[in-house]
Amino acid sequence: MHKNIVFTYIIFTILLLVSRLSVAELMIEITQGSDSAIPIAIVPFTNKSAGAIPENIQKIVSADLQRSGEFDPLPTNRMLSLPDSAKAVYYRDWRLLKQNYLLIGNVEYSKYTKNYKIQYELFDVNQQQRIIGEVVSGGEKSLRDLAHHISDAIYEAVTGVRGAFSTKIAYITLQGSPVGKGKLEYRLQVADSDGRRSFTLLKTSEPIISPSWSPDGKKLAYVSFESGRPAIYTQVIKSGKRTLVSSFKGLNGAPAWSPDGKKLALTLSKDGNAEIYNLDLATKKLERYTRHYGIDTEASWSPDGHSVVFTSDRSGTPQVYRMNIYDLEPERLTFEGRYNARPRFSGDGNSLFFVHKSNGSFNIAAMNLKAGNQTTLTETPLDESPSLAPNDRMLIYSTQRGRKGVLAVVSVDGRSKYFLPSAFGDVREPAWSPFLR
Amino acid sequence: MKAISTKNALALIFSASILAGCSTTGTTEDADINADANGVTVTDQEGGSESYGQGEGAAVVTSEMDAQKAEAERLAKEKEAGVLREIRTFYFDFDKSSVKPESRTALMAHAAFLAANPNVNVALEGHSDERGTKEYNLALGERRGQSVERFLVVNGVARTQLEVVSFGEEKPAAAGHDESSWAENRRVMIQYK
Repeated sequence: MHKNIVFTYIIFTILLLVSRLSVAELMIEITQGSDSAIPIAIVPFTNKSAGAIPENIQKIVSADLQRSGEFDPLPTNRMLSLPDSAKAVYYRDWRLLKQNYLLIGNVEYSKYTKNYKIQYELFDVNQQQRIIGEVVSGGEKSLRDLAHHISDAIYEAVTGVRGAFSTKIAYITLQGSPVGKGKLEYRLQVADSDGRRSFTLLKTSEPIISPSWSPDGKKLAYVSFESGRPAIYTQVIKSGKRTLVSSFKGLNGAPAWSPDGKKLALTLSKDGNAEIYNLDLATKKLERYTRHYGIDTEASWSPDGHSVVFTSDRSGTPQVYRMNIYDLEPERLTFEGRYNARPRFSGDGNSLFFVHKSNGSFNIAAMNLKAGNQTTLTETPLDESPSLAPNDRMLIYSTQRGRKGVLAVVSVDGRSKYFLPSAFGDVREPAWSPFLR
Repeated sequence: MKAISTKNALALIFSASILAGCSTTGTTEDADINADANGVTVTDQEGGSESYGQGEGAAVVTSEMDAQKAEAERLAKEKEAGVLREIRTFYFDFDKSSVKPESRTALMAHAAFLAANPNVNVALEGHSDERGTKEYNLALGERRGQSVERFLVVNGVARTQLEVVSFGEEKPAAAGHDESSWAENRRVMIQYK
């Protein structure tokens, strides 16, 4: 079942005044205020048309920025004025409220084009300066996309880091209990990064695991047990078109797209036990990457495509290894504790995120590959499946809350954390999309 | 083959293992009997109740035994083997895939039956508990299935009769997030086709 959500929308970008000045200064400001989120006032967007606007732009942008943990939006009821144009901005008011930034804007609907036009402007309260402004437009279905685009622009203007609000997350839901004889429904879902507008790519009574985004964000690879045994499929998100790519005897698991999108690292046991292979998606040629009687699985590519990290228990316990794809010599990376598994590279290639067990608890840990030091980011007992936002600032993972599987997001610096709403039963196996445009 | 009640059969094996000089550390109340959808009774053992061990070949037929006695003995052994084959779930330690000593007697009964009936095929379903990562657990479940496969092959079963399928942590037998549930979930199930 594929509900067609059209991602594509057109932004008529009119850069009103692109003065991306003082990005460096702003970054210094963040460093200085490292313990606290940046105060920002996001004024309700004025409606310049007769009818109601189906989405609340102010609310969406505020929620995005707040979720990042790096911004602290001012509640509307504390605002002294509600300006909707630069002329109406009195910096003194906002300084009084200890705000660093001010976002204002308006929305206008055109009956002729059936498009909404959103104009926004961001001001630096202390510098008494307008930083960015833009007019964006799109149809009713793209109103949330436009709002996330604004969040991205604000985030980048203030932090100097590309925003990742216009991204998607894929995840698996399970309705029903696998224990007992009741009906089970597994779904492969894709939603906006704020959990909204979810839709179903696959619905089956058998387990689905390991969704993995293609680097262009257009396809997902995953493992489905719908045939009674694990097999790997790829699926085009927009059309729903599905391709069976691996169904060898034994295991077919842990698909991971190479950065150029041409190959899929995967785990097969057709030659005896769990080994990592590299499948060329065009030629269907398989190249064997590991040779060991221990378990080798959960491959993840380095962003440059030259190496692969993976889980192996060749030492007796599961640990993280790295090998370059030319000599295929595994080098052990983790030495703390008896369980380190399912590594994922950060987008800059400098860090690894993986599942680490300590004191009987499974948590998400990070390792700086240059310094080699390891830190633990989460503290609940059953944390799994870390997946980084493409800007490396947030990490989504699955955990248990009560008796339910839920998704959680933690900022990579550990300062903020939030849970994602679940539409269906248990949620697990999150995968954050790459940048989509 | 339901000539005797399960209760009597259990008593029979217990006495057999006691006769064989093996200690029984658990109690029969711990043995948990579930009927699955096909009406096949599966006896799950947990914790301290698993000491059926080494009952195999315990009875010695002496020269004084008359034919009638030997026949009775043979029937009793057959019943015992049948009951042992009702044990179709075998448990494992965390992150381990070696067959536990207490699983051997029942696995031997399956091996003997399968070796004698080469047209019978079984699936060996490997499972793990929920802890740790899903794909590692999928590989671990397979390795557990392969351990049982190896055990059966060593004991005379043709490899072509056996098929290992792993479900990793996806199909737990117990829903809890505690050691007793996890112990029930780290298992290989023999499914007769």
